[in-house]
Amino acid sequence: MILHELIDYSTLKLIWWLLLGVLLIGFAATDGFDMGVGTLLPFVGETDTERRVAINSIGATWEGNQVWFILGGGAIFAAWPPLYAISFSGFYLAMFIVLAAMILRPVAFKYRSKRPDPSWRNGWDWALFVGSFVPALVFGVAVGNVLEGVPFTLDRDLRMTYQGSFFGLFTPFSLLCGLLSVAMLVMHGGAWLGLKTGGIVAVRGRRYGTIAAIAALVLFALGGYLVFSGYVQGYRITSEIDPNMPANPLFKKAVVEGQGWMANYSTYPWMIIAPALGFLGTFGALIGLQTRLEMLTFACSKIAVFGIISTVGVSMFPFLLPSSVQPDASLTVWDAASSHRTLFNMLVATAIFLPLVLAYTAWVYRVLWGKVDETTIDRDNDTAY
Amino acid sequence: MELDIVSLSRLQFAMTALYHFLFVPLTIGLSILLATMETVYVMTGREVWKRMVKFWGTLFGINFVLGVATGLTMEFQFGMNWSYFSQYVGDVFGAPLAIEGLMAFFLEATFVGLFFFGWDKLSKRQHLAATWAVAMGTNLSALWILIANGWMQHPVGSEFNPETMRMEVTSFYEVLFNPVAQAKFVHTVSAGYVTASLFVIGIAAWYLLKGRHIEIARRSIAVASAFGFASALSVVVLGDESGYEANLNQKMKLATIEAMWETEPAPASFNLIAIPDMEARDNSFAIEVPYVMGLIATRSLTEEIPGIKELVEQSKGRIRQGVIAWEALQKIREADDAGETVDEAVRNDFVINQHNLGYAYLLMPFATDLTKPTNEEIDAAAWSAVPNIWPMFYAFRIMVACGFFFILLTGVFFFLASSGRVEGLRHNGRWLLHIAVLSIPLPWIACEMGWFVAEYGRQPWIIEGMLPTHAGVSNLSVTEVLLTLAGFVILYSTLLVIEVALMLKYIRKGPDDGTEPQTTSARTAGLSSIAAE
Repeated sequence: MILHELIDYSTLKLIWWLLLGVLLIGFAATDGFDMGVGTLLPFVGETDTERRVAINSIGATWEGNQVWFILGGGAIFAAWPPLYAISFSGFYLAMFIVLAAMILRPVAFKYRSKRPDPSWRNGWDWALFVGSFVPALVFGVAVGNVLEGVPFTLDRDLRMTYQGSFFGLFTPFSLLCGLLSVAMLVMHGGAWLGLKTGGIVAVRGRRYGTIAAIAALVLFALGGYLVFSGYVQGYRITSEIDPNMPANPLFKKAVVEGQGWMANYSTYPWMIIAPALGFLGTFGALIGLQTRLEMLTFACSKIAVFGIISTVGVSMFPFLLPSSVQPDASLTVWDAASSHRTLFNMLVATAIFLPLVLAYTAWVYRVLWGKVDETTIDRDNDTAY
Repeated sequence: MELDIVSLSRLQFAMTALYHFLFVPLTIGLSILLATMETVYVMTGREVWKRMVKFWGTLFGINFVLGVATGLTMEFQFGMNWSYFSQYVGDVFGAPLAIEGLMAFFLEATFVGLFFFGWDKLSKRQHLAATWAVAMGTNLSALWILIANGWMQHPVGSEFNPETMRMEVTSFYEVLFNPVAQAKFVHTVSAGYVTASLFVIGIAAWYLLKGRHIEIARRSIAVASAFGFASALSVVVLGDESGYEANLNQKMKLATIEAMWETEPAPASFNLIAIPDMEARDNSFAIEVPYVMGLIATRSLTEEIPGIKELVEQSKGRIRQGVIAWEALQKIREADDAGETVDEAVRNDFVINQHNLGYAYLLMPFATDLTKPTNEEIDAAAWSAVPNIWPMFYAFRIMVACGFFFILLTGVFFFLASSGRVEGLRHNGRWLLHIAVLSIPLPWIACEMGWFVAEYGRQPWIIEGMLPTHAGVSNLSVTEVLLTLAGFVILYSTLLVIEVALMLKYIRKGPDDGTEPQTTSARTAGLSSIAAE
């Protein structure tokens, strides 16, 4: 069958690079506010009822949001197998910590309200906090490492050896990225609490969201400066690249280059839109959190998430995962994808199911529309989380 | 067991998968039972059915979250612990996992929120649709996971690409409609249905013994026994289909399940009980049932089933061909590097023998140079392709014995429920209710045994005949894997204890009996009237 040749291999690689962005942004824009709310839980809720207001603002929908994370894993596996293989085994212990933290989340949501005693509920509140804060931090740290380059090598058979260590993951820049990630998601969670809850929880949500938005602005600017100044080095492909090449990372040459991550902005000036949206969105959310324009604030916060994550993507393009010790082995859009046929099949599946997913998710949000506050918690005492 | 990376990674995968599969079968089966009960509620408008959905739904929820939580690990640990496997087969294996998320898990996870929180926000029919969406999502999840797993057992629709050093899809259609995957899917979801049915029957029987919640218990048994009986039959029939497929594609698995060392004249006999001796390569004791094995595996009286020793001899031949392919691959790559074109003869060597390339990898633990193995090394590699027989032989028999028992148990309850005699068991059949309660753990044992036979029986392959398990592992340190293994064991076990405690708490608490007038007495009608009343 030659159906897959309807679309060029190189075009499919580009489409899947965009879809990778859609997945990561989809995850951060939906499950991101769940994590923000979880991180804020100890701060916005002092009494049990206040905490339940925060928890139930996401209680019925966080589960669907989390699928973006799982789908992210599956789609990277399917469309970018070397990326899946190298990043998850390279960041082995960090991945374990993320999983262990995220495993606590579903259980905490469900089990917290099953018993009334305060120590039981307190324990699960901690689980929710850890299950939200830790992944938010580690994802940011991982992105920081990807920008700086990851110490892996590939042999002839494409067998990977990781030369770094767990503690080596924490560099000043990667920690900055980790904090930016936390700040961004807390801002997003704050905007959500402002939109979806009422009473004191909403007030506190806006207050902490504001602090987080300021932090995000500062950290994003600082991160940008470190990349611009060449403190964080970039990478550049030095050999001739055929975008239709077979997916073997060793078929090209690449080098480390001082301001490599800035090069795209002179080649493709329109890419400046990404960081611009990052700043504008965050700024908009910051202003909005002081007003009662809740929908608009939440939308701005989403735009901020979109802009900040896209900035990483377009700065690095076509790199996906640079190798700091064997730059030639770096994974790029052109040499780390699945086969022509698989990319095509997966695109067909995505074109059918993603619109469906978005449609029924929107419907579910509409059904569950309405603010959660202490009155609704009292009313639904038996069924609410 | 030695503390090497391969064994530890296998142990971790087995542990996390078996834990995950403590929760999944119940989710698969209970979701359908909930949707069925709610359908009856919507059709009849009787509140008792709604209370049933809410009660079993509470237990469903307690179980469901742990399935989700432990499922997270499954999606990522291929990359974490099986990095070379992921690189080598991601092109084929990743797609079903991704589609599972897109098509099934999104559906299930989005609507499960409405199932719990939508009672007052949706119309009856809308809520019913949400419940069915959860059930469909759960079952479709199983379909895609088993398509992925089926491909590991029987890697169709793909071939090795020397340029990218990996397996690539040649026909997605063949991967989807892999007969092994289809048989496995129906077998596995049916097992989930049986698990949920015995769970419901057992708990309802306990209520009958205690004289509590009679109305709900009786109806629950009626639905669960009908569903369970049909499913138990399906499990066994599709299990038989799996056995037939195994004879076509995984002869070694079949031979070890059977502890069949020598090829017997057709039709082969079935070893009911045996004491396999791996050292002597023979059984020191066996009770045989004539003809049965030949009939199950070949569905004929004349076709032979190869024994373990014959299969090992065949493996030796395939290893030698694999070595030719490996040598040719090296020459092709050297020529590519030098920018030369390789000899047509070398390319032919590769094309003819490439399907046995994986057999050359079997030599890796034994030979330093894959291109020049000695006869002893080939011998050792070929024998390494025989899984340990004891656990295979007995795990399989425990599973099958459970399977037949489930048919009997659900069949008896189905018969009693159809003739309106379940409630009478409280007075003149308490022993049967006790058996139902005590049988609750059995489906879990059967499910775990089934996974064990399927996965352990595929060893030493991670992809049958293509990639040995030891070649698929990540380059990690023993300390790292020990840390995560210990972490998972502690975390999962803690959560399991909490889960069981909560389950027991809510089972003891029991369903809400409502305020409807009770109609426990003078019941004579069958199933249809149970639904209609």
